[in-house]
Amino acid sequence: MSAAVSSDYRAVIGLETHVQLQTESKMFCGCGADYAGDEPNTHVCEVCLGMPGVLPVINRKAVDLTILTGLALNCRIPENAKFDRKNYAYPDLMKWYQISQYDLPLCEAGHLDVVTSGRKDRIGVTRVHLEEDTAKLSHVTGSDGSPASLIDVNRSGSCLMEIVSEPDITSSAQAMAYGAKIRDLLRWIGVSTANMQDGELRIDANVSVWRQGEATGDVKVEVKNMNSFRALGRALDFEIDRQSRAREAGQAIVQETRGWDEDSGLTVPQRTKEYAHDYRYFPEPDLPPLLIPEARVSGLRLRLPRMPDQVAADLVAEGCPAGDVEELVQDRVLTEFALSVVGEGVMAKDAVTWIVHELRRVLNDRDVPSGQIPLQATEVASLLVMRGDGVVSSTMASEVLDEMIATGASAAELVASRGPQISGEEELLAVARDVIGENPQAVEDYRAGKARAVQFLMGQVMRVTKGKANPGVVSELIRRQLDGVE
Amino acid sequence: MGRDLHCLTLHAAADGLARGDFTSVELTTALLDRISSIDANIGAFLTVTADAALSQAAAADARRATGEVNRLDGLPIAIKDVLSTAGVETTCGSRMLQGFIPPYDATVIRHLRTAGAVMLGKTNMDEFAMGSSNEYSAYKVVRNPWDLGRVPGGSSGGSAAAVAADECLAALGSDTGGSVRQPAALCGCVGLKPTYGRVSRYGLIAFASSLDQVGTLTKDVSDAAMLLGAIAGHDSRDSTSVDTPVFNYLADSDDGLHDLKIGVAPQYFGKGLAPSVGSKVREAIGTLVDAGATEREISLTHTELALPAYYVIAPSEASANLARYNGVKYGLSDVNASDVDEMMAGVRAEGFGSEVKRRIMLGAFALSSGYYDAFYLRAQKVRTLIKDDFDAAFEQVDVIATPTAPTPAFELGSKLGDPVAMYQSDIMTLPASLAGLPCISVPCGFVEGLPVGFQLIAPAFEEERLLRIARLFERFRGDMEAPAREVDSL
Repeated sequence: MSAAVSSDYRAVIGLETHVQLQTESKMFCGCGADYAGDEPNTHVCEVCLGMPGVLPVINRKAVDLTILTGLALNCRIPENAKFDRKNYAYPDLMKWYQISQYDLPLCEAGHLDVVTSGRKDRIGVTRVHLEEDTAKLSHVTGSDGSPASLIDVNRSGSCLMEIVSEPDITSSAQAMAYGAKIRDLLRWIGVSTANMQDGELRIDANVSVWRQGEATGDVKVEVKNMNSFRALGRALDFEIDRQSRAREAGQAIVQETRGWDEDSGLTVPQRTKEYAHDYRYFPEPDLPPLLIPEARVSGLRLRLPRMPDQVAADLVAEGCPAGDVEELVQDRVLTEFALSVVGEGVMAKDAVTWIVHELRRVLNDRDVPSGQIPLQATEVASLLVMRGDGVVSSTMASEVLDEMIATGASAAELVASRGPQISGEEELLAVARDVIGENPQAVEDYRAGKARAVQFLMGQVMRVTKGKANPGVVSELIRRQLDGVE
Repeated sequence: MGRDLHCLTLHAAADGLARGDFTSVELTTALLDRISSIDANIGAFLTVTADAALSQAAAADARRATGEVNRLDGLPIAIKDVLSTAGVETTCGSRMLQGFIPPYDATVIRHLRTAGAVMLGKTNMDEFAMGSSNEYSAYKVVRNPWDLGRVPGGSSGGSAAAVAADECLAALGSDTGGSVRQPAALCGCVGLKPTYGRVSRYGLIAFASSLDQVGTLTKDVSDAAMLLGAIAGHDSRDSTSVDTPVFNYLADSDDGLHDLKIGVAPQYFGKGLAPSVGSKVREAIGTLVDAGATEREISLTHTELALPAYYVIAPSEASANLARYNGVKYGLSDVNASDVDEMMAGVRAEGFGSEVKRRIMLGAFALSSGYYDAFYLRAQKVRTLIKDDFDAAFEQVDVIATPTAPTPAFELGSKLGDPVAMYQSDIMTLPASLAGLPCISVPCGFVEGLPVGFQLIAPAFEEERLLRIARLFERFRGDMEAPAREVDSL
C-alpha cells in the first residue's frame, strides 16, 4: 500500500464482533449447542428448524453470559431489554426472520482500552446484544455435475452475541489489537472459546476514509469474511488504501458490503446499498419483554473475575517484565496458576518469567492445554525455591518439571533421586578436560573469538553430568581451561 | 340405548360412558358414520383419522374397564387444522402445507391425548386462519348446516359446522380476531376464546402471535368449561402463557345473578348491526336482567378504531410468521426451479392464496422503514386505548354483553369480492381480542331461520365468572324453538 496516499487521509473504523457463547443448549430451544464435528442436521428440533407452530424460550444462561460480557466491557445494563424480529429472506435462516435485539439491547455504552505501538486508546462499545445464529450453507457440485446448496441446521438457533464498537478505531493495527483483546477477554471471563478459525468469533468492519481535517460523513463500507486477525488487518489495509486512492482520484465512495478474498488479497463488492435490506424490525410477540433487575446484575458482577489489565498492572508493579506479563494474561488459567505460585512465596518476577517460558514450553511439547495443567502450584513453587537457592540448576529444573508432568512425582522426590547439584571443582574439572579434548573444533572457534563455543562446551558438560553440574562453576572452569591452553 | 349418539353433548356422552350405556367405540363409530354420510355436503373435515380414532376409542374402553378415568376419556373431538398433530397431516387450510406431516403435537393436543380424548380428524378453515367465511380455504368451502347456501363463518368454520352438524361432540378452534366466536354465532354453537395466555399456543400455527388463542366450539357452555379445563394451563414452551391457577370451570354455583352488573356499550349497537340481530341480543340481555342482573350503560369509546388497528397489527405479525414457508424445509416445494431464489419465490407465489398474500403485503408495508411509526406503533397505541376502555368499564360492571356478529350467516360468495365488507364481520369480536380478554359467544335465538349469538366479555383470567354467567343465561333462556336445519333434510 502507498504510504504517501494514506498519510493525507485518516481511517474511521467500527467493528461488529459476533461471538458464539459457551452454553449447554441453543438460544431458544433445548438442542445441544456443542455440535462441533458432528454429522450435519443431528442437533435439531422443531424449534430450531422453524417448523409451523413452534415458539422460542429464552436461554437464561445466554442472557447471563451477555451481561457478564457487558460488565467486562464497562457497559451499562439497562433494566428493560427486549427481543425483536429482524426480517430477511435467506435460505440459511429457518424462519426467514432472526430473533435479535433492536432498540433495547442487554448492554449499552461501554468501552475497552487498547494498546497499539505503546499508546493506549479508549475504544467505545456502543452495545452488546443477543441473537440466534443461522444454519450453515455449503455450495457444492452434485453427483450430476450441477451446483447444489446444502444446509446444515446444527448451528441454527445457537446463542450468538454481538459486540458493536463505536467508530473510534483509526488503523488496522488498532483493529487487530481490539479484536485480540476482545478474544482474550471473552476467554478470560469464560463466555466463549472464541476461536476465529472455527467461526466462534467473527469480526465485520465498517470502514471509511476521510481527508485530514475534513468532517466525517456517513458513507461507509462494510467488510466481511475475515477468518483471522491477520486477515482483518490485511483487509483493512487494502480497504483504507483503496478508498484513499479512490478519493485522491476524485471518485465517490459507494456505500456497499464487500467481502475479503484471502487468496487474491482483495475486497470485492457483495451488495450495494440499493439492495440493502429493510429489516422491518418489530418487537418479538412470542417473548415478553426482558426485565433485568439490579439484583441479577450485581449477582453477575460478583462472578466477574479481576480483569487482565488490573492483574497485569499489579504484576508489572511487582517487577515482572511487561512483555512476559502481557503474554501471561492472555491465558486466564495460566495466570491464576502463576498467582498461586507467587502465593506460595516465589518472587513474582521469577514465577511469571519461568511459567511464561519454561512451563508453557513443556506443556506445549507434551500437548497439554493450559486448562489441564497436571501440577499443583505448591509443587512448582517448591521447584522454583530449590532453583532460587541453587539446589538445582535451571537446566535441571526444566528437566524435573518435565518429569513431574510425565510421572506425577513431586519436585522434592525427583531432585532427591537425581542427587544434588555437583559444585566440586575437582570432579567438574575432570569432566571439563575430557569435553574440551573431545571437541577441538569448539576450541578453535573459541580462539577465533566465538563466545558461543563456551555455551556449547557447557552443554556437553551438562549432558555428561545429567544436568547436575553447577553452571557457574563449569563456565568458570571451561574459560580457565581454554585460556590456559592458549 | 339411544342410537343418536352423535347428537350428544360432551357431558351427556361422558355420563353415558360412565354409566356404561355405550362404549367409546360405539360413540366414535356413530360419529364417523355421521361424517361419512353428510360431510360431503358440509365440507367440515379436511382429514378424517378414522382408524386412529377407533383404536384410541378401543384403548379408552380398555382403560375404563380397568379403573378410574378422566371425564374426557373416550370422547370424540375434532381439531382445527391449525394445530400441529404428530403424524397427522396439518395443512392450515393452505396448499403451502399440503402433505405436511408434523413431527410434534401442539401442547393442547398433548393435553387431550393425556385426558384420553379421541381425535376424529382435522377440520377445514380459512387459509392460515385468515378469513371470516371459510371461503379462503385452499381445499373446499364449508357449508352452514342450517342453510347449505350460506357460510359457516370463519376462520374456524370447519370446527363450528362440524359441531353444529353433529359430526363431533366438540371441537378445538383458534381465535385471532373472532375466529371461534363468529362462526359459533353463525352456526348456533357455543364458542369460547380464553384470555390470551390462558392456553398454550405451542403448536398453534401462528397467524398473529400477540392475538392468537386456542378456543373451543361446543354444543353448550358446560362442554366449553369441560374442554377448557383440559387444555388450559401454563406451558414452559410458551413464554406468553401465564402461570395462574386453572379453576374447576365446571364447578356450578347457584349464586344466581342478583349481584351481577352487565355492561352494555352503545358502540356495539350502532351502524352495521342488523336490527333483527340487535333485538335478539337485547332480548338475551333482558333474560339476564329478568333473572336479577342489573344493566349498566358503559362507553367503550375507541371501539371503532379496533378494526383499523387490528388490520395493521395482525398482518404485520403475519408477514413475519408466514415468512418461513419458502419450500426449503417442508410443505410445497419445487425441485425443478433453476436456483434457490427462483424456487423460494415460485413456491410462495403458488402456495399462498390471494387473501394471505394481501395480508402479507399489508403487514410488510406497515413494518417498512419510514412507515413503522405511522402504522405499527400507532396501532399499538390504539390497542392500549382499547384495553384502557375495557379496564375502565370493568371498574363498573362484572361482564360486558354485545352481539357476536353484526349479521346472521351470509350467502356463500356474497362478500368474496369485497375484502373490507368481509373484515366488517369481525367488528364485534376484534376489540376484546386486542385487549386479550376472555369471551364467549352463546346462541340466543334465530332470525329468518338462522342462529344468532351474543357475546359476553369478562376481565382477564375471569373465565370462571364468564362461564358461570353464560351457563346461567343458558339455563334461564331454556330450550330454544329451533327452525329446521337443512342438514337434517340430507
